[in-house]
Amino acid sequence: MNGLSSVFNLLAYIAAAVFVLGFLNKVVLYFKTPSPLKIPTTPAPKTSMGVVVRLIPEVLFFRSLLKGGITEKILWLGGWVFHVCFLLIVLRHLRFFTYPVPECIMFFQQIGIWAGLVFPLALLILIVRRFLNDRLATITLFADYFVLGLIIAIGSTGLLLKYFARTNLVDVKAFILGLLTLSPVQLPDSPMFLIHFSLVLILLVYFPFSKLMHAWGILISPTRAQVDNPREVRHVTPWA
Amino acid sequence: MADFKVPELTGEIITPKVTLGATSGIKPFPANAELMGKVGFPAEKSADWKVKFLAKMGDILKKYKSVRVFLDICVRCGACTDKCHYYLSTGDPRNMPVYRQELMRSVYRKYFTTSGKLFGGLAAARELSDELLEEWITYFYQCSECRRCSVFCPYGIDTAEITMAAREILDSIGIGSKYNLAIINKAETIGNNLGMPGPALRNTLDFVEEEIQEKTGVDVKLPLDVEGADILLVTPSADFFAEPHIFSLEGYAKVFHQAGVSWTLSSHASEGGNFGMFIGNYNHMKTINKRIWDAARDLKVKRVIAGECGHAWRVLYSFSNTLNGPFDFLDPNYNVPQHICDYTLDLVKKGAIKLDKTANDDFSVTFHDSCNVARASRIGNEPGGQFTIPRELINAACNKFVDMAEETIGERTFCCGGGGGVLTDELIEVRVKGAMPRMQALKRVKDSNGVNFFALICAICKAQFTKIFPYYGIEMEEVGGIHQLVGNAIVLGAKEGV
Repeated sequence: MNGLSSVFNLLAYIAAAVFVLGFLNKVVLYFKTPSPLKIPTTPAPKTSMGVVVRLIPEVLFFRSLLKGGITEKILWLGGWVFHVCFLLIVLRHLRFFTYPVPECIMFFQQIGIWAGLVFPLALLILIVRRFLNDRLATITLFADYFVLGLIIAIGSTGLLLKYFARTNLVDVKAFILGLLTLSPVQLPDSPMFLIHFSLVLILLVYFPFSKLMHAWGILISPTRAQVDNPREVRHVTPWA
Repeated sequence: MADFKVPELTGEIITPKVTLGATSGIKPFPANAELMGKVGFPAEKSADWKVKFLAKMGDILKKYKSVRVFLDICVRCGACTDKCHYYLSTGDPRNMPVYRQELMRSVYRKYFTTSGKLFGGLAAARELSDELLEEWITYFYQCSECRRCSVFCPYGIDTAEITMAAREILDSIGIGSKYNLAIINKAETIGNNLGMPGPALRNTLDFVEEEIQEKTGVDVKLPLDVEGADILLVTPSADFFAEPHIFSLEGYAKVFHQAGVSWTLSSHASEGGNFGMFIGNYNHMKTINKRIWDAARDLKVKRVIAGECGHAWRVLYSFSNTLNGPFDFLDPNYNVPQHICDYTLDLVKKGAIKLDKTANDDFSVTFHDSCNVARASRIGNEPGGQFTIPRELINAACNKFVDMAEETIGERTFCCGGGGGVLTDELIEVRVKGAMPRMQALKRVKDSNGVNFFALICAICKAQFTKIFPYYGIEMEEVGGIHQLVGNAIVLGAKEGV
């Protein structure tokens, strides 16, 4: 195994560790931070089961966004399509992580390709809207462009790997499985793969320290995840 | 009458262009050292204010999941940017909820996150400075904590939580709002926001009794501090003196009279409102609420009913149980506490009181959902009861009712522009402008249905609208409580079949 391969194997482990530990750290921090008062945005469900029913359409269909006007409808289109494509692409990639490849993952191979092609378009909507609307231009930070740019770069290098800079997939799979089984092997001989892979590592490291934590936040946001039963059940917090 | 431009009533709510600094000069009057001391805050800003500021902020981040999570997870999608009534009417970008929050989020990044510490400005981290402090004082008092933004946010991020935390931090470094702290001090020392002592309250109630006697010929009593009464009514103190509030007080009294129940007001808890909530101070909220809890126990009542007040209802409904413990000495067969609309509608449905709708035939009525009732609490037993119960009650009391446009009522209702501790004269410009979205919606039903009665169940909304209606060329007498309509319509005297 050459030096570059050793470095990348090591970086991959570091990135994975930062992602997992960083994410868990935030999860634990949020869990340990109390909500001293009942603050669900009402009307709110009266039972825990009701909260689950409230959250499902929020997570799957970004329901609250649909309450807005045309700006939010455009955002919804870009955002929802982007997230669904992202999911399909990840599912497609699971064939590199499994041996033998389960039948259900084979199902996502073709649809994953289509998702990969739509992916940059959805991201383009998300970027362009930030330029065209004066309110969005005002609130947008460097971090917002950074993460959109990063994901676009990941998507494009992926497409390049598929259509133009084709690489030996057997080598790629061997490399990934090597990582997973803790028996690292040589990097695939492909600069494009190296770029694609590096960008994914950056995304993993960036994730827990950024707004991307909304992925977890949406599930525990007190205004949405609290039960509306303050008269029936006394809500207490140790410090209060 | 105004030295600023009052928005034109066109019936349309149009999102304005971003205008930097449009309301940058509008700030609350500061509380003086004496007042700060009375309510337990540092007298003034000290040289080491940054240390205190960050200590308080760190403390809040540990104690409030809402603040911690909301500061982390906002993706700046912009869904909230045109949802705030203050942005819609001023175009000041700091009145976009996300950009108002950015005032705190930028400090959070600088002092509480790795990326902010490492990358500074590139990570949009901002150092504490006098300039930043001025922006905090300005824009965290141009938020009425109405929670409309949280309805549209894909993660339910509630700017009210951020605003409350910001005001708490400002108070902790010696910068307070005179209006809010003076009211808190009066509520805690005298028992109500007006600073009206017990004897004065009794005089006022005598006056209301005479008024009712004169108008109806019926001897309706407004009891005060009656031990052993069945019901304790807790209502905003504005109901005791201000118009149109006092007409709702007459309405409650008539309802209790006709229902034949024993009830009482309390001089100890002669205030439903709780400004501790507006400044995000847990202890003041608890202290003020305790007076209600104590009054209920000392007077040995069986039920507590809340009068027409938005944030008072939020505190009683959502927080009281947490703050001071359960009302477990009250009759568990009823909602404790219960909203007056819930109570009255129930009587109407049971036939225990009779309403003559024709008494309100001069009125064409619409209903303004007040934010703290609409988005922060519930009336009755079903989610959304806060929308249906008041409307059912209005429809039981009058013949002509029409709702304003759907996107301006219910959970999407617009704030009156004066809630959340901004109902003070020095903020009149943002108050008048902030009412604009609501006024446009009202304008439409005035044109289409000749609406001339704007029904409400919030003392702050009532005070705000009676003040700002004239700016828009509308008579202040058109504002009134639901129980004003009920009071007009209720049939007093012997009951059929009794």
